[in-house]
Amino acid sequence: MAKKNKKTIRLISRTVLLLILAAIIVYAITSKDKVKVLAEGDKAPDFELVDLEGNAHRLSDYKGEGVFLNFWGTWCPPCKKEMPYMEDIYKDFESKGVHILTVNVGEPKVKVELFRDDLGLTFPMLWDKNKTVMDLYNIKPLPTTFLINPEGKITKVIKQGMTEQQIVEHLESIQPK
Amino acid sequence: MSNIKCQCGHENPYGTELCEQCGRPLSEKAQQSEIVDMRYEGSSRRSQTYKSSIVDKIWNFFSSVKIGVSIIAAVLIASAIGTIFPQKFYVPAQTEADYAEYYERLYGTVGKFYYELGFYDMYNSWWFKVLIGMLATSIIIASIDRVVPLYKSLKKQRTRRHPSFMKRQRIYGEGDVANPEESLSKAEEKLKELRYHVKTENGAILAEKHRFSRWGPYINHTGLIIFFAGILLRGIPGFYVDETMWLREGETRNIVGAPGYVLENRGFILENYTKEEAAEVFGAALDKVGNIVKTYQTDVTLYKEKEGSLPGSDNLEKMQDYSIVVNKPLKFNGYNVFQMDYKLNELSTMTFHLMNKSTEKSLGEFTVDLSNPEKAYDLGNGSSVNMLGYYPDYDGIKDGEPYSKSPIPNNPAFIFQMNTPDKPDGEKSFVAIRQTLEVEENDYAVKFASAETRNISGLTIRKDKTLYILLLGGIIFMIGVIQGSYWQHRRIWIQKNSEDHVLVAAHTNKNWFALRKELDKVRESAVLPAYKDRQDPELDKQEQEGDEK
Amino acid sequence: MDLVAVSSNLLFVSFVAYLVATLFFGGAIKKSTTEKAYHNSKWGTIGLVITIIGFLAHLGYFFTRWAASGHAPLSNMFEFTTAFGMMLVGAFILLYILYRTPSLGLFALPIAIIIISYATMFPREVTPLIPALQSKWLFIHVITTVIGESILAISAIAGLVFLVKNIDMTKKSKQRFWIEAVMYTLILVLGFVVTTTTFKVMNYEAEFTYIDKNQAPAEITYHVPPLFGMNEYEAMTPDTMTPWLELPPIINAQKLSSLVWAVAVGSVLYLLLRLIARKPIAAVFQPLAKKANSQLMDEIGYRSVLIGFPVFTLGALIFAMIWAHEAWSRFWGWDPKEVWALITWLFYAAFLHLRLSRGWEGEKSAWLAVIGFVIIMFNLIAVNLIIAGLHSYA
Repeated sequence: MAKKNKKTIRLISRTVLLLILAAIIVYAITSKDKVKVLAEGDKAPDFELVDLEGNAHRLSDYKGEGVFLNFWGTWCPPCKKEMPYMEDIYKDFESKGVHILTVNVGEPKVKVELFRDDLGLTFPMLWDKNKTVMDLYNIKPLPTTFLINPEGKITKVIKQGMTEQQIVEHLESIQPK
Repeated sequence: MSNIKCQCGHENPYGTELCEQCGRPLSEKAQQSEIVDMRYEGSSRRSQTYKSSIVDKIWNFFSSVKIGVSIIAAVLIASAIGTIFPQKFYVPAQTEADYAEYYERLYGTVGKFYYELGFYDMYNSWWFKVLIGMLATSIIIASIDRVVPLYKSLKKQRTRRHPSFMKRQRIYGEGDVANPEESLSKAEEKLKELRYHVKTENGAILAEKHRFSRWGPYINHTGLIIFFAGILLRGIPGFYVDETMWLREGETRNIVGAPGYVLENRGFILENYTKEEAAEVFGAALDKVGNIVKTYQTDVTLYKEKEGSLPGSDNLEKMQDYSIVVNKPLKFNGYNVFQMDYKLNELSTMTFHLMNKSTEKSLGEFTVDLSNPEKAYDLGNGSSVNMLGYYPDYDGIKDGEPYSKSPIPNNPAFIFQMNTPDKPDGEKSFVAIRQTLEVEENDYAVKFASAETRNISGLTIRKDKTLYILLLGGIIFMIGVIQGSYWQHRRIWIQKNSEDHVLVAAHTNKNWFALRKELDKVRESAVLPAYKDRQDPELDKQEQEGDEK
Repeated sequence: MDLVAVSSNLLFVSFVAYLVATLFFGGAIKKSTTEKAYHNSKWGTIGLVITIIGFLAHLGYFFTRWAASGHAPLSNMFEFTTAFGMMLVGAFILLYILYRTPSLGLFALPIAIIIISYATMFPREVTPLIPALQSKWLFIHVITTVIGESILAISAIAGLVFLVKNIDMTKKSKQRFWIEAVMYTLILVLGFVVTTTTFKVMNYEAEFTYIDKNQAPAEITYHVPPLFGMNEYEAMTPDTMTPWLELPPIINAQKLSSLVWAVAVGSVLYLLLRLIARKPIAAVFQPLAKKANSQLMDEIGYRSVLIGFPVFTLGALIFAMIWAHEAWSRFWGWDPKEVWALITWLFYAAFLHLRLSRGWEGEKSAWLAVIGFVIIMFNLIAVNLIIAGLHSYA
């Protein structure tokens, strides 16, 4: 009886060890991303940036409201294209509790001002001088837009330019109920 | 599969070659051999005994040293193949098609196969990883399978061994001795002097030293496993950061991969050796090779976000000034910032004259900082220049407007408004390198005078929490391998068999030369029968011849 | 006389001392009929003393050169290979004191001499350190690796003595072929030394322009007559020979020319020796190895692997990783030199396992030791000259 027991224990322990080792090998082959990238469902990390007028904006200021967070650069044609769309509608949505925040990725301030005046934009343009927030949100292609719902969760990451219709739909999706 | 009962009464596990206690040969193979196989003390290795289920078969596969050596050979050959042509990460290409083209262009058909078989990215291929995984598995299982029975049989060994065990040792001698008791006690004394642990049991001596060296292999294997574990942990986010960034002179930037830290580049220095320093010593080499670089250095200031402030708030406190050079990275909070690369001479400022076209008289000059231009430049005397447009990397006109293809000032272009006492409403001019466009004929022009450049430093940012695990693995490996290689487990058995008959046998796992020397010393102080090294017939022959001379 | 000159003179002294000591070890073997007698031979003792004098002079070379340049002389092929020769002699002295076997000296010293001659074929100017090498780890990492490799090399030499002694040279066999191949390779190295020195004395130079593998124009200087031309070559030196063949851009025709010269001259040298001796070269050396004790040679071979393996691991892998992390920001980068250090390590790990668990002793073990030495030399020579990577400082 004792012998039978010993045999079973041996079989179980060997099986367990072999399975663990096999799992580790599979894990080593399949694991690729070493950097944690912000994804849909994650909490949007808080930050504080000044706009061109020098007013500070914190993401947490907009708690309970939706935030459309758009990263852009002046040299990027799709960024430029969607700017007037945002200009058209941002005021309507502000009253509905959804804010458009645009973040320029550390270009010379004068360059950003010239761009703004050129297109006649009036919404707040945040200026990420040291590229801190850009790194915080792992921005690679431009434009990249994060939709942040009233609970402060990222509901969508959009890595391309949008039409006015698409922007409206996205803004509606994060409107507080 | 029952236990084997030895004549001495000891119960040995199935598969045992030599009785754990008295050493009598149990298996037929051991009984027939002249010199007994002492590896693992002839104990029952589990792998060789149970072969019932599939799990046991896999287990036995990995437990085999033959398989282990085969895996080592496979890793060795794969590694060697990987060095025939440059690996993927040393090839200047981006897409898979580029890689394919690169290998075929440079290395022909062989290169094409090299690419297609995946050898160009050997060390990241799934099967190379599988091989490493199998190696680790083999190390773990083979060690477990051997260390347990070895430990048990060394613990159970008895002082008095059966003559059949003694007779089958590589070093063995027997003969009649006048006073065996005295010989034994003298031998015991001498062996103790030689730092042996001596055990006696009515007319038998077991002298043993450096048994701990037997555990060396298992300790170094543990070190290797810890090392492998460390490498595995790097795959988990947060354990390992590996980023690169370019930092221009004068630029202040968030450190990629190190949230909360900001770095300012105060200057990049590239210095060559000069002959004046040491003409006598290095002169010849400098003449031959030309320039040899002495230093790559980036002077930086490190800032940290103040406690409680949010990212981006620019609420920074200065941590330290440092000069990063090769071999001396900037270190802070587990991060290392290395000097890895550089680019020289990117445009940083441009100086212009405002000029009357007809008189060619300058109304003054102004300097544009390309990374931080101003809206207006006042030249005094009622003249000024306004910046209406700035295109750092001008690439022609798109949709009726000047277009910049990147934010980097590779080819700066501007739209200036020139305000002069003559033309208080201003004239507009588009100015690019070697190009000026005017909407209508102007009286004034902005003329390029001079430019300054700056250097860019390429930095790598690393954080590796697993380094200490790897180092620990390395240290344990070294301890194990030294313990197993620089000491040897030696045993000498001496026993009185009958009235005057004495048997001597000795065993070591390596370095028989030293064991024989020690045994000779024992024989000098105690009368013992002559022994033979039965694997070295030349020795006896030569000793005899030597004696005759 | 400045330090650099003192340093090269000391190296020459050690070179001569090793030559003389070899003769004494030969004498020790000739004069005694047995292993036991030659253990205590006077000739052997004199040989040892001269070897030690040579070794001290060699150390003198090392430290005077260090003093002159301000960094450990381990930064290019000449310095590294010379240090390897030095440590090989050091390891031999250690093992001679342990085992007192002149036959080991008779094989170890000539190999050290060949290695040092080979080293002097490379540029010998004192070169200032590039930034990557400016570190205390240059000395720690390289010297430990060199010591480890030279102890491992002793095992190959013991293996060689074992094989030369025990292979039956009267019958045709695989073993006889391969041991002769080893002898032939050693003579090829001599061939390289002879050709390089001859053309150096003649001050031979031929300059060419060519198109490199990235389609960029480049220049190259040959120090031997160009048997092969680089891709789309054009001669700049008048009156040089016209290369027989133009090679594609991935092959360095200059190095190939040197190699072919060395092989040709070495082969002629080998054939001459065969003609004089009228038997395989290994058979010529056989009487010198005959008196060695096979079991002892096996033991020395095994022990030097046991002693050398941990030192090699420490120097070529652990210290290497620590330095690589400081200098290149990663402890391991699959650079060819790194990979070949790993291959060497894996090979000796396999050697130990085969020996411990599968009982590969005697001849098999001797062959493995010789192959291990071939791998070490491959990493020293071929990886630097053929497969260029981060370590290509030659």
